[in-house]
Amino acid sequence: MDRSKKYWNPYFGGMMLGLLLLLSMYITGRGLGASGAVKSTVVTAVDVVAPKHAENSTFYSRFLSDGKNPLNEWLVFEAIGLIAGAFLSGALAGRLKLKVEHSPKITTKTRLIMASLGGIAFGFGSQVARGCTSGAALSGMATLALAGFIAMMAIFGTAFASAYFFRKFWI
Amino acid sequence: MGPLIPLNIIDPSWNYVIALVIGLFFGFILESSGFSSSRKMAGVFYGYDFIVLKVFFTAAITSAVGLFYFKYLGWIDMSLIYINPTFVTSTIVGGVIMGLGFVMGGYCPGTSYCSAAIGKLDAMIFSVGMLVGVFIFGEFYPLLEEMYMAIPLGDAMVYDALGISAGWFLVILIVVAVGAFYVASLVQEKVKEVDY
Repeated sequence: MDRSKKYWNPYFGGMMLGLLLLLSMYITGRGLGASGAVKSTVVTAVDVVAPKHAENSTFYSRFLSDGKNPLNEWLVFEAIGLIAGAFLSGALAGRLKLKVEHSPKITTKTRLIMASLGGIAFGFGSQVARGCTSGAALSGMATLALAGFIAMMAIFGTAFASAYFFRKFWI
Repeated sequence: MGPLIPLNIIDPSWNYVIALVIGLFFGFILESSGFSSSRKMAGVFYGYDFIVLKVFFTAAITSAVGLFYFKYLGWIDMSLIYINPTFVTSTIVGGVIMGLGFVMGGYCPGTSYCSAAIGKLDAMIFSVGMLVGVFIFGEFYPLLEEMYMAIPLGDAMVYDALGISAGWFLVILIVVAVGAFYVASLVQEKVKEVDY
C-alpha cells in the first residue's frame, strides 16, 4: 500500500504553505511561528509559580514588563489554531491514532527518550536563535533576511552532518 | 496596501481571530503534506523521503517571490514588515542545537504540535521537552547573554551580504532549489525504500 498517496503532493503543499505565509505577512506584517507559544507558556508558568524570580530574571522580565505582551498571545492563538487544523486534516484523512511511531529496530522507550532529548534541544536552540524552523528559518527566508538563511543552513547543515551518528534510531 | 493590521485597515481587535484562522490553515497544510510523521520527515536526512526539502523550499520560494512582487507592485509597505534581526553567533549556535534536536527527535516545534494533534505520543513528549529546553534557557540566560547578543547586524538582508540585487538572489535561489529537487529525486531512486 502506498501511503504517501494519501498525503498532498509536496510541491502543492509547499506552495500552499508559501501562500499562507505571504497572506500572514500581508495581513499582520509578520510570518508564521511555532516556538513562540512554548516561550509564552514557560514565561507564564514561571510567573505564576515564582513571580519574584520571574521579575528578577533578565529573560522572563522582558516578556512581563508591560503586564501583557500581545505578540506572545498572538503566537499562542496561532498555535491553538495549528493544533486544531492538524487534527482536522488528520481526521479527514483517517490518520487519528494514539501511537508511538518508531523504527522497528528500536524500542518504544528508546524512541520516547530520543524524542524528549530532541525536544529539549529544539526548545533551547529556538531561544538561542530567536526562533525555530518556522519563525526564524522559513519566515526569515521569505523576507530575504540574512538571519533566516543562516538559521536554515545551521539547522539543516547540522542535521545532515550528524545524521550518520543517529542512523540506528531511524533506519 | 498592506500590511493590513499595522496600517489599521483591519481593526487590531481582529488580531486573535486572524491568528487562530492562520494557525488553522498552517496546521492543516502541514498535516496534509505529511509533517505529522517523524519517520517521514527524518527521511530527508537518510535519502528515503524528501518531503521536508520539497515542502520547505517550495514554501520559502513562493513566499519570497510573492513578497518581492507585492513590493514591486506597491501592494505592501516593506518598512512595516518584520525583518528577523541578525545576530550571527546566536543564530549559528541555536541553529546547530536545533539541527541536533531535529535528528534526535524527528520534529521541529510546529510539526511536533501537528503530530501530537493526531495522536503521536512521541510528539507530545517532544513538546514537553521543548518546555524544558526553553526553561533551561531562561534559567541560564545571564550566562548566555554575551553570546546571545554577539555580532549584531540589525535588519541585514541576505542579498546585501552577498553583494547582489534581491531579484538576482531570487533567481539563484530558485535555480539552487530546482537543482536540489532533481538531485533528491535521483537519490530517492537509489535508496532502499523504508516502510513506515
